[in-house]
Amino acid sequence: MGFKHKDIIALRDLTKEDIELLISTAESMREINSRDIKKVPTLRGKTIINLFYESSTRTRTSFEIAAKRLSADTVNISPSTSSATKGETLADTALNLLAMKPDIIVMRHAVSGSHYFLSKKIPCSIINAGDGAHEHPSQGLLDMLTIKDKFGRLDGLKVAIVGDITHSRVARSDIQGLTKMGSHVFLAGPPTMVPPGVEKLGNVTVCPTMKEAIQDADVVIMLRIQQERQGKTLMPNAREYSRYFGLNPENLKLAKPDAMVMHPGPINRGVEMSSYVVDGDQSHILKQVENGVAVRMAMLYHVCGGELAE
Amino acid sequence: MATEGTVILDGAGVKRALTRIAHEILEKNKGVGGLVLVGIRTGGVHLAHELADRLAEIEGEKVPVGAVDITLYRDDIKGHAEHLPVGKTEIPFTLEGRIVVLVDDVLYTGRTIRAAMDALMDHGRPTSIQLAVLVDRGHRELPIRADFVGRNVPTSRTENIQVMFDAINKPTDVVLQK
Repeated sequence: MGFKHKDIIALRDLTKEDIELLISTAESMREINSRDIKKVPTLRGKTIINLFYESSTRTRTSFEIAAKRLSADTVNISPSTSSATKGETLADTALNLLAMKPDIIVMRHAVSGSHYFLSKKIPCSIINAGDGAHEHPSQGLLDMLTIKDKFGRLDGLKVAIVGDITHSRVARSDIQGLTKMGSHVFLAGPPTMVPPGVEKLGNVTVCPTMKEAIQDADVVIMLRIQQERQGKTLMPNAREYSRYFGLNPENLKLAKPDAMVMHPGPINRGVEMSSYVVDGDQSHILKQVENGVAVRMAMLYHVCGGELAE
Repeated sequence: MATEGTVILDGAGVKRALTRIAHEILEKNKGVGGLVLVGIRTGGVHLAHELADRLAEIEGEKVPVGAVDITLYRDDIKGHAEHLPVGKTEIPFTLEGRIVVLVDDVLYTGRTIRAAMDALMDHGRPTSIQLAVLVDRGHRELPIRADFVGRNVPTSRTENIQVMFDAINKPTDVVLQK
């Protein structure tokens, strides 16, 4: 069993075995994060560029910490400092960076599929840290790790994903990953925010109301309302959204008593989730962030060997 | 459950070797005070538990047993066509001021031991590290030697030595495969 991919762009491209391997490696990586000396020499001498065309705190910091704990050298490029503001194309930026011989480029970009475009142009490994409304594979993997921590399995679980499915790359990665691992995914959101045809992915049910989605769920994943991506037409206003699709202590009772609540962050408190739930006993939100580092260590570790297997 | 190959140490032989190593550890360290055993995944861990059982039989005191996975400390990651799965390192006790007996099944180039020592150092500063192996097959590439050896077996580089374990991780025999 080994990992044979040069890049990790979408969970859609990975097999169930790949996902299992990444999760099990992440479980082993976790031990490093609890030591006094949080560093292993594995990726010594490797250079990793974090190329972020969209703002990010959690994901970028998490990737950077993951790289440093594996002894890789990291360089961060954020939107304001990149030459994109001077009109350089993505391909030109990438070729210029490539001339400096990085081993991995971790990229976030607003355009879906930009990583595929890039991976055809450059030979170094590419990890997707979020592309448009396409996928966010590291988030999908850390969600699965967090669920597996609680239930010991992913198979046969009822997972509700509530919110703006259409604009959510987290939802796409979660759906791709979870259905591959045998979970059943129930989606709910305003009709303008649920992509048509999503049921065709298999093991996915679209529910007309939030109540049906979270009824007896083992896991409730709430999505962020992405105000920066909304046109004016999709949602009347935050208060109305919150009434129909917000998670509060009352409707959370519909889920199983030990159901876990997750959110990819950043949270709009009082919109998609009430503060009682965010800070409540069933919330695993900070656990997700903690697992993020271990999952990203596993991703960096496995793509670093992938080139040779091609 | 031996596969084809020559059995160079049978079950009884393995048991005797482990018992002798346990006595040697106690003799060298004058008891089990401050002693911990750390096995190298995966064979070494099983043997470390065997040794701990024997030490407990002799001294009446159980010494802590840990496990170290050296995958992240290898010096040949690039050489593998595909990355090896990473096992768990479990050292739920401090190494500070302890005498660590590192346990592995087969000592060969010494590179695994180098990696394991680096891993231990990242967990703390032991007073000393000693090395116990069931089989020493020679061909060292680093200046490393074992303190406790079950059996010295001269081999050629093309041969392979396997320590076999049964379903409950008890060592059964040691096989030389051509």
